[in-house]
Amino acid sequence: MIKNEEIQRHTIAVLVDNESGVLARVIGLFSGRGYNIESLTVAEVDATEKLSRITIVTSGTKMIIEQIKNQLRRLVPVYKVHDLTTEGPHVSRELALVKVTATGDKRVESLRIADIFRARAIDSTNESFVFEVVGATEKVDAFISLMAPLGLADVSRTGVVAIARGPNPI
Amino acid sequence: MAHHDTLNGAEILLKALVDQGVEVIFGYPGGAVLPIYDELFKQNRLRHVLVRHEQAAVHAAEGYARSTGKVGCVLVTSGPGATNAVTGLADAQCDSVPLVCLTGQVPTHLIGNDAFQEADITGITRPCTKHNYLVKNVNDLARTVHEAFHVARSGRPGPVLIDLPKDVIQSKGEYQPPSKVKSKYKPQVKGDIKAIEKAIEMIAHAKRPIFYVGGGVINSGPAACQLLTQFVRMTGYPCTLTLMGLGAFPGSDPLFLGMLGMHGTVEANMAMHDCDLMINIGARFDDRVTGKLDGFSPDSKKIHVDIDPSSINKNVVVDLAVVGDCAHVLEDMIKVWKAKQCRVNESALKAWWKQIDAWRGLKCLEFENSNKLIKPQYAIQRVYELTRHRNPYICTEVGQHQMWAAQYLKFDLPHHWLTSGGLGTMGYGLPSAMGVQMAHPEALVIDIAGEASIQMNIQEMATLVQHRLPVKIVILNNQYLGMVRQWQELIHGGRYAESHMDHHPDFVKLAEAFGAVGLRAEQPGQVDDVIKEMMAVDRPVIVEMRTDASENVFPMIMPGMAHNEMVLGPEDKSRDNPGSEEDGMVLV
Repeated sequence: MIKNEEIQRHTIAVLVDNESGVLARVIGLFSGRGYNIESLTVAEVDATEKLSRITIVTSGTKMIIEQIKNQLRRLVPVYKVHDLTTEGPHVSRELALVKVTATGDKRVESLRIADIFRARAIDSTNESFVFEVVGATEKVDAFISLMAPLGLADVSRTGVVAIARGPNPI
Repeated sequence: MAHHDTLNGAEILLKALVDQGVEVIFGYPGGAVLPIYDELFKQNRLRHVLVRHEQAAVHAAEGYARSTGKVGCVLVTSGPGATNAVTGLADAQCDSVPLVCLTGQVPTHLIGNDAFQEADITGITRPCTKHNYLVKNVNDLARTVHEAFHVARSGRPGPVLIDLPKDVIQSKGEYQPPSKVKSKYKPQVKGDIKAIEKAIEMIAHAKRPIFYVGGGVINSGPAACQLLTQFVRMTGYPCTLTLMGLGAFPGSDPLFLGMLGMHGTVEANMAMHDCDLMINIGARFDDRVTGKLDGFSPDSKKIHVDIDPSSINKNVVVDLAVVGDCAHVLEDMIKVWKAKQCRVNESALKAWWKQIDAWRGLKCLEFENSNKLIKPQYAIQRVYELTRHRNPYICTEVGQHQMWAAQYLKFDLPHHWLTSGGLGTMGYGLPSAMGVQMAHPEALVIDIAGEASIQMNIQEMATLVQHRLPVKIVILNNQYLGMVRQWQELIHGGRYAESHMDHHPDFVKLAEAFGAVGLRAEQPGQVDDVIKEMMAVDRPVIVEMRTDASENVFPMIMPGMAHNEMVLGPEDKSRDNPGSEEDGMVLV
């Protein structure tokens, strides 16, 4: 066995039948075999074919990542498994809703930072804002950490969605 | 099909089973499946075997499937009926046995209500089935059944469960024949020809090659076993088989080195360790085969042929992988070998066989016989010698007796050896033998058992008697959970915690109480007589052999050790250095 092998992070796109239990199968596979899930998003992407797309961000050694993909392919309602990290350039985005409760200078500062991050205020009261920020995971992390000293009250994140660059579908 | 809309769900179900070639169902009735039993009562195309416990129904279907190559079929009720079947499903999943298990379910409007005899069986069995379905609409029923059989038998086979709410099997709907159903599930069966050409090149240039063959070849079918035998003989290379692979290559062939792994032969394990090319066909580098991964065949190139891509590079990194069905890949391998007019390296092969013959010369399976106590190895040898002319089907339970059976019985044909390999389920043998006997009424079917394992499904004796299934059960009674006792002796300082059973039933009387025949041998001189008597009786028989309680299974690779670190017998001092738990290697 190769030991102490480098742990890599991979973004995997999985096309599945949108049927009951399919998400439980995927999640059960990860928990049952001890794989990591750093982020998982799922939604229907093709209503006529009833297909959903799951985007999973996971980490492991090269051998484990191969296993994850092969184990996913073994599931009967799974059609396509694509490792976006290894198959060429891709873009990934995450959306976060960030509630900041503040007045005075801190409130003004939060607006100023939101402007830098191109985050939009989608709800406001006299003592709070809800910002919508979109970007790569690192950008969203940075935005949230900058808001922390300014009265960060609540965060809701979608997890990562990703797609390959260029004209071809997966 | 003019009257198709007059069928109820239960009728649709049975019609679909018939169209899928089902002949026998192993099952147990209950409230949620009564409408199905009502329809079974009204027809005579499907036979039903009434078991005494649902776990046994699944093992019986496994026995039926593994001895015929067909898909086994199980029918049980909701709740406890379904949960009792779980061990059998997990067993079939581990050993890749094609099954369809039909479970009753409470009516759809009660699902999630904690109704009487409700269990979330699709949830419970998700990790221990290949796939499962909950049918919510009677018009999906026929399609689901056809797809379930397709999934169970295609690719790497496995158990598929269909959960059937009572209202669905009672409502009226439409039947669809199999020809109308298209499944998107299509595993790859043809191997990549470039990879196969590369493999042949590696095989032709090997100096110290070995074929390491597993149950995948047996699952692929008799054609795969024939092709394997042909190919191995063309090369003249040595061949070893896993526990699940026994019978894939003739056990009497001089190229066969015996089983490998924890209780494999010296020649098989040493050849695996020292080879320069390992040709794995349909085996999965199981931990019971590899031993310590750090020390596993360190200097070899490895080729791996498997239908399941997730088996490749899972435990052992290989140099060349061919994903495909063993029969297809072997056929292509033989074609390429012939087309390229490959020649083996004769002088290297001669030297390799000389080395292997030296290992063989150690005669690692020899044991010291006794004229006072029945040695378990002797009992198995006698069973083999006295029954081999009838090509018996052999089932086993799990433990020492199972390993001795694997070591001392020789199988020249596939599908005649049925044992619980992956899950190691005590209680597998008797119900599995029941399923074999249903499929092969004229055949000699023997369950080799231990006195502990047999008691895990002993209730099935009644099923044997009721259905006139003349299964022969040979119990090697050493009064211990033998394999547990062996590990306690070798690894846990001889502290025999809970491995001794003070009290056992009188197995002869027990057989008679069930309406079967009971025989007993207490001395070596009686062994042949009871085996002959057992063969002469056309009824189920229990033969109890009182065996030497102190006997251990050797050779043995101690947990955490490598193939070249075998313990050969009780006198071998290397057993005083058990393996370490370093490097994340846990002793199991």
